[in-house]
Amino acid sequence: MINKTKKISRKLSKSDAIEAYKKMLLIRRFEEKAGQSYGLGQIGGFCHLYIGQEAVVVGLQMCIRDGDQVITTYRDHGHMLACGMSPDGVMAELYGRADGYSKGKGGSMHMFSKEANFFGGHGIVGASVPLGTGLAFSNKYKKNKAVTLTYFGDGAANQGQVYESFNMAKLWELPCIYVIENNRYAMGTSVQRSSAQKDLSQRGISFGIEGEQVNGMDIESVIDAGKRAVTKVRNNGGPYILEMLTYRYRGHSMSDPAQYRTRDEVKEVREHSDPIESLKNLIIENNFLTEDKLQVLNAEIKQVVDQSAQFAADSPLPDPSELFVDVYQLDA
Amino acid sequence: MKTEVYMPAMSPSMTEGTLTKWLVKVGDHLKIGDPIAEIETDKASMEVESQIEGVISEFLVENGQGQIAVKTPIAIIETNTSTEKLKGKLFTNTIDDQPKKKIIKDRVIDHDKKQDKISVREAIRDALAEEMRRDKNVFVMGEEVAEYQGAYKVTQGLLQEFGSARVIDTPITENGFAGLAIGASFSGLKPVVEFMTFNFSLQAMDHIINSAAKTLYMGGGQLNCPIVFRGPNGAAARVAAQHSQDLTAWFSHIPGLKVISPFSARDHKGLLKAAIRDPNPVIFLENEILYSEQESILEDNNDIISIGKAKILREGSDITLISHSISLKMCLEASKKLARKNIDCEILDLRTIKPLDTKAIISSIQKTNKCVVVEQGWSQCGVSSEIISVIMENAFDWLDAPVLRLTGKDVPMPYAENLENLALPSEDELIKMVESLFE
Repeated sequence: MINKTKKISRKLSKSDAIEAYKKMLLIRRFEEKAGQSYGLGQIGGFCHLYIGQEAVVVGLQMCIRDGDQVITTYRDHGHMLACGMSPDGVMAELYGRADGYSKGKGGSMHMFSKEANFFGGHGIVGASVPLGTGLAFSNKYKKNKAVTLTYFGDGAANQGQVYESFNMAKLWELPCIYVIENNRYAMGTSVQRSSAQKDLSQRGISFGIEGEQVNGMDIESVIDAGKRAVTKVRNNGGPYILEMLTYRYRGHSMSDPAQYRTRDEVKEVREHSDPIESLKNLIIENNFLTEDKLQVLNAEIKQVVDQSAQFAADSPLPDPSELFVDVYQLDA
Repeated sequence: MKTEVYMPAMSPSMTEGTLTKWLVKVGDHLKIGDPIAEIETDKASMEVESQIEGVISEFLVENGQGQIAVKTPIAIIETNTSTEKLKGKLFTNTIDDQPKKKIIKDRVIDHDKKQDKISVREAIRDALAEEMRRDKNVFVMGEEVAEYQGAYKVTQGLLQEFGSARVIDTPITENGFAGLAIGASFSGLKPVVEFMTFNFSLQAMDHIINSAAKTLYMGGGQLNCPIVFRGPNGAAARVAAQHSQDLTAWFSHIPGLKVISPFSARDHKGLLKAAIRDPNPVIFLENEILYSEQESILEDNNDIISIGKAKILREGSDITLISHSISLKMCLEASKKLARKNIDCEILDLRTIKPLDTKAIISSIQKTNKCVVVEQGWSQCGVSSEIISVIMENAFDWLDAPVLRLTGKDVPMPYAENLENLALPSEDELIKMVESLFE
């Protein structure tokens, strides 16, 4: 499925390659740490890890500029880190602590940062799609030339509200890029078992919305498609669909029994299509960095992640008085 | 043969109409489907078409005649009569040559300054227009709000003044456009979303509750949602279960939402303006049957009315009737009849359901020591159950009798007129209930 997409010959610049590598590695190490902390009972509730999908959000983030907006579903830690939100604040939120982005009231699925133009973090499957379409509506209303990246998964792609949104986005030519992160499974139900039209990039056809499938395991393919899509949408308005063919290595959430796929399938992708390994090879082949330098980078990132867990552990629980705060905004 | 043409009923709530203009003259030969006259109802202006073939022989009402009851004969059509025979025999009337196909009349938004009465419908429209003039981030979105001028004529004239970028007709996709508007509000706009009726808000309930009401809290105060959802709520007339229900209690259950359900025209205006300026999601519940209610409003009344404040509609000393929206009309009527029986009712208009003005409720109970709560909504976990709890918790010692409630019956709304009347709270029931507390 992943190999179906076109091969990109374009090469990343040295600085872009290193930048992408650092961000992807940060997300992976962060998510591994979150997984460990969950196992130790420090993180509660639902926790959806992004491991395996890193190239998608990191690549697309490199295609947009200040003022552009990002909104996604509940598998959102990677998006937040890619948007530049601090690992400390995200981890503290996972721990349910006062220094978390949502002061401990949102948790894994509900974090926001106006500063980083990150609009959540939404826990209801499909909900990010009309909301993201609304962000794009506001950009058109304000005539500010910003674009919105609206992420959702292959499972959400079957939701009715997605098509209500597609209709309005095309009708009103809203500057919205719909990014379908197709990691092959909606919880445990594969695209094969849930979707009549399996090429999700073509789901906009009846509305006149163009789309394409992209190898979401390859950062260069992601950036190539992302740049084209952003330019098109920013210049001409109107929506566009990027279906990112990707894969999650971990379960849907932490309590996934993984009965719906084989270990071999996961192993196969890890060994042959891992986005971070591929980028690492590219960096070494092109002599952008030596193995030694990469080791140093690795160590630095590990330290950032360890520090975030320490920060989270040291942060106090929210004060009981917080219970009744922010139900309503008090003034305009 | 003579056939009468009647003033037709063109909407479930229409009882009378105005014949704004004859589109034919006596002696004209009509085919089936030819427009005869332009009629204005409480909802829209539209054309009456001929149902038969024949010649117009007589007009029974004049151009511009108003308050013509439904089923009143307005013209006579002769069938099997030649046009020649009628000419010169019957009186003639003149009609102007205005374009016939203009169905919706454009109206100037500003009222005649001398006008001292305003309808609920106009009050809402004025609030929208004034807030849109004041803040360019305010826009109106919904089904038929623009070109059609509002399914209930509430948004009449807004498209003409503010243009299609700010008065936006949506497809019939409530979940989609509610979510879209919430997303726009996250980004700093102030959408006013019209649900043609709140029955259709059920399609959008997930976004109203999960996206609009909770995001501020879930984000630790980072992202607020300044949005208003408005439209008619409650029982309409003869439209049966899916289009006739009071959902006030549903919305009032949700932390993060504010819920307003006004009665008077003035309160509609002042509270809607406050709702639009409020930084939180506000559910603004109107009532179709109240739209044409008139109220005197002072000239240049730009008063904002605070959300969360009840109002005493009638002062009294013997019992408090607590209600909101259209049920207050019944309370006012009942109180007149009860006054003749020496029962002096105080009537409390809640105006806002969430946050509830518990202080006003308690102080009225402390004064009258008796209470009946009235609402169209269903009884279980209803607005009245909440009010009774507030009274039990805060004013138990002040009560001389148990607090009673008169609510909609616990059934889906039936279509048949007699059953529909039985399903809704009635004035007779209210009077009997009040009297039972004085036996």
